[in-house]
Amino acid sequence: MKSTLKLTLGLTSAMFASTAVSNVAQAEDLTLCWAAWDPANALVELSKDFTKETDIGMKFEFVPWTNYADRFLNELNSKGKLCDLIIGDSQWIGGSAENGHYVKLNDFFDKEKISMDDFVPATVVGYSEWPKNSPNYWALPAMGDVVGWTYRKDWFSKPELQKEFKEKYGWDLAAPTTFDQLKQIAEFFQKREIDGKTVYGASIYTERGSEGITMGAMDVLYSFGFKYENPDKPYEMDGFVNSEKSVKGLEFYKALYDCCTPPGASNSYMGEGVDAFKSGQVAMHMNFAFTWPGLQKDENVGGDKIGYFANPKGPDGDQFAQLGGQGISVVSYSDKQEAALKYIKWFANKDVQAKWWSLGGFSCLNAVVKDPGFPASQPYAQTFLDSMAIVKDFWAEPSYAPLLQASQKRFHDYVVAGQGSAKDALDGLVKDWTEVFQDDGKM
Amino acid sequence: MLNRTADSVARATPEPLARKVRGISDKGLAWLFISPTILLLLAINIFPLFWAIYLSFTNYRANRPNEVVRNVGLANYKRILGDQDIWIAMQTTAHFVFWTILLQTLIGFTLAWLIDRKFRGHAFWTTIILVPMMLSPAVVGNFWRFLYEPQIGLFAYAISFVTGIPATQIGMLSNVSLAPWSIVIVDTWMWTPYVMLICLAGLRSIPEYIYEAAEVDRASNWRQFWSITLPMALPFIMLAVLFRGIENFKMFDMVNLLTGGGPGSTTEVASITLKRQAFESWRTGYSSAFAIILFVAVFGLANIYVKALNKVKQR
Repeated sequence: MKSTLKLTLGLTSAMFASTAVSNVAQAEDLTLCWAAWDPANALVELSKDFTKETDIGMKFEFVPWTNYADRFLNELNSKGKLCDLIIGDSQWIGGSAENGHYVKLNDFFDKEKISMDDFVPATVVGYSEWPKNSPNYWALPAMGDVVGWTYRKDWFSKPELQKEFKEKYGWDLAAPTTFDQLKQIAEFFQKREIDGKTVYGASIYTERGSEGITMGAMDVLYSFGFKYENPDKPYEMDGFVNSEKSVKGLEFYKALYDCCTPPGASNSYMGEGVDAFKSGQVAMHMNFAFTWPGLQKDENVGGDKIGYFANPKGPDGDQFAQLGGQGISVVSYSDKQEAALKYIKWFANKDVQAKWWSLGGFSCLNAVVKDPGFPASQPYAQTFLDSMAIVKDFWAEPSYAPLLQASQKRFHDYVVAGQGSAKDALDGLVKDWTEVFQDDGKM
Repeated sequence: MLNRTADSVARATPEPLARKVRGISDKGLAWLFISPTILLLLAINIFPLFWAIYLSFTNYRANRPNEVVRNVGLANYKRILGDQDIWIAMQTTAHFVFWTILLQTLIGFTLAWLIDRKFRGHAFWTTIILVPMMLSPAVVGNFWRFLYEPQIGLFAYAISFVTGIPATQIGMLSNVSLAPWSIVIVDTWMWTPYVMLICLAGLRSIPEYIYEAAEVDRASNWRQFWSITLPMALPFIMLAVLFRGIENFKMFDMVNLLTGGGPGSTTEVASITLKRQAFESWRTGYSSAFAIILFVAVFGLANIYVKALNKVKQR
């Protein structure tokens, strides 16, 4: 009886102890929320070093891009504790700051001597600051990203195509520097037989459901002269959003869609673009820079066959590109904020940032991207630098979601469905955006 | 055996509890049994409905937890009824409901009529016809998206083979004129078996002696169809139309998977608009008002329809 009791007590204690130990370990685990994409895999690899250094385990919650905003904004709005750290989209910063989802990082940065001057300025404004251009920081720039282009260098260098192109357009077939040139190249390749296969001009963003067509159209509109508002009078949009130059830009985007995209590309975003390029369907491909490391490694289209170029110039020589990317924030509802801040401190370290870049992440730290060896470190590094120097971003207001939905609808109705004119679409956009800002009491 | 078990349970029941249970009337006992279900129903159906009604009169936005919620009266309702986009979405929905029901009823009834002939192997063919209905809408939506694909899709190739139009020009999901029909085709393919099944039940319920009497009166097959088959199967057909009508009025999954409401807004049915307002634009109060309007519309139309159905049954 005695021995049975001892055994029972012993087993119970052992079970209790093992549960307690595992609870202690779990209590130190941090959950990081982000999109499910290639850089997330690189971050998993990188974070192993953090666990080694601190004994803090890392768990990851990655959600595909199509559900990323829905899933995590729901989580933040319901004050959920799932995420201790979140790499939230750049446009969420206003809403997340004003609604108290993110921890303000100013005091922490001061204490840990983390200076925002050490990061690429555009990424600080885009990913960290709210209100914009004010020293109020809610995130550490984590993943630099920007819309740029890839092209089939092997097709561009075919002597017979170069000859034919030169005869037709009067200039050498090469990566375009203006949007006019880009369209000429796209037209040239559209429905052309190359290596026994019909190919098409370009893959561009046309997706309706989340943010695709807005990212694509804006990427072009900026360089044509589009402005969100009167620089001297915030929220005054009439004459800026729907200016003559903006109309020309949107007409150009529609013309590019009509003339030079593959059949059925009416709902195409990052994944579909990568598929079109990888399968050898298109000569040029608009996409965020995060796709470049994967394409570079691709056996069929990577290596020497791929080239990169920054967004071309518009008719007046303006050159801008749509900002992507995200900052990393501490979720204010997390019970493990201290450990989460430790991760941010570790992530801001120069060596960690250098490794981040080498693993396929896009560092925003000046010390990494301004290193003399950086442009030669990857074939796309220089294009990334050039592109990051010309970025502009969509509204980052707390009401970014209805603002985005309005542009998605107006752009898709005009560009893909061919309803109305570019002027109608942009006038409608001014009306929709005005309503949103009136609802917010900002107008 | 059963009595012995009941006796042993009764004996095992503690005295005070047994006394209490003995004191409960049949009605009380019935309430006791159904109360968990009622509570669940109240919690997950009735409460959200009343909560949505309350929210529809406010400016509440789920992504602004710290914002003061104001009562805006009927402003959301006025705005919805004056919103051109909402009316376009309602028209798109009506177009979709009309054509799917028409096609499904015609094809479903014809199939049921043919199956009812009880030819050799009819049971096998019934099972084959029912297969699409048994698939998940998510699976159906995804594989039809591939079938419609202009470069690799079998549907485009089949049409190209028949018409001679190059397959790459058959953009079922990207063409403004074809996209609404692409959804009608898939919904008809998937749900015609359901209509067929209900119609078949109707046809099988017609007593054989009525046809025998008609034969004696030398009524032609055509006459028998118009005077016996159709009138007696009509309540079943109407029931199928009611079920499909309600389902298709709130259709979301298939449209979302196939076109996402595009190209442009050509296939944006009311449920897609509602989802965008509620979970993408986060206009919770506004979308609650829209949901209430849709609910009242479906509920009202269904009630009128049920009354008509009862009249037909009474004839």
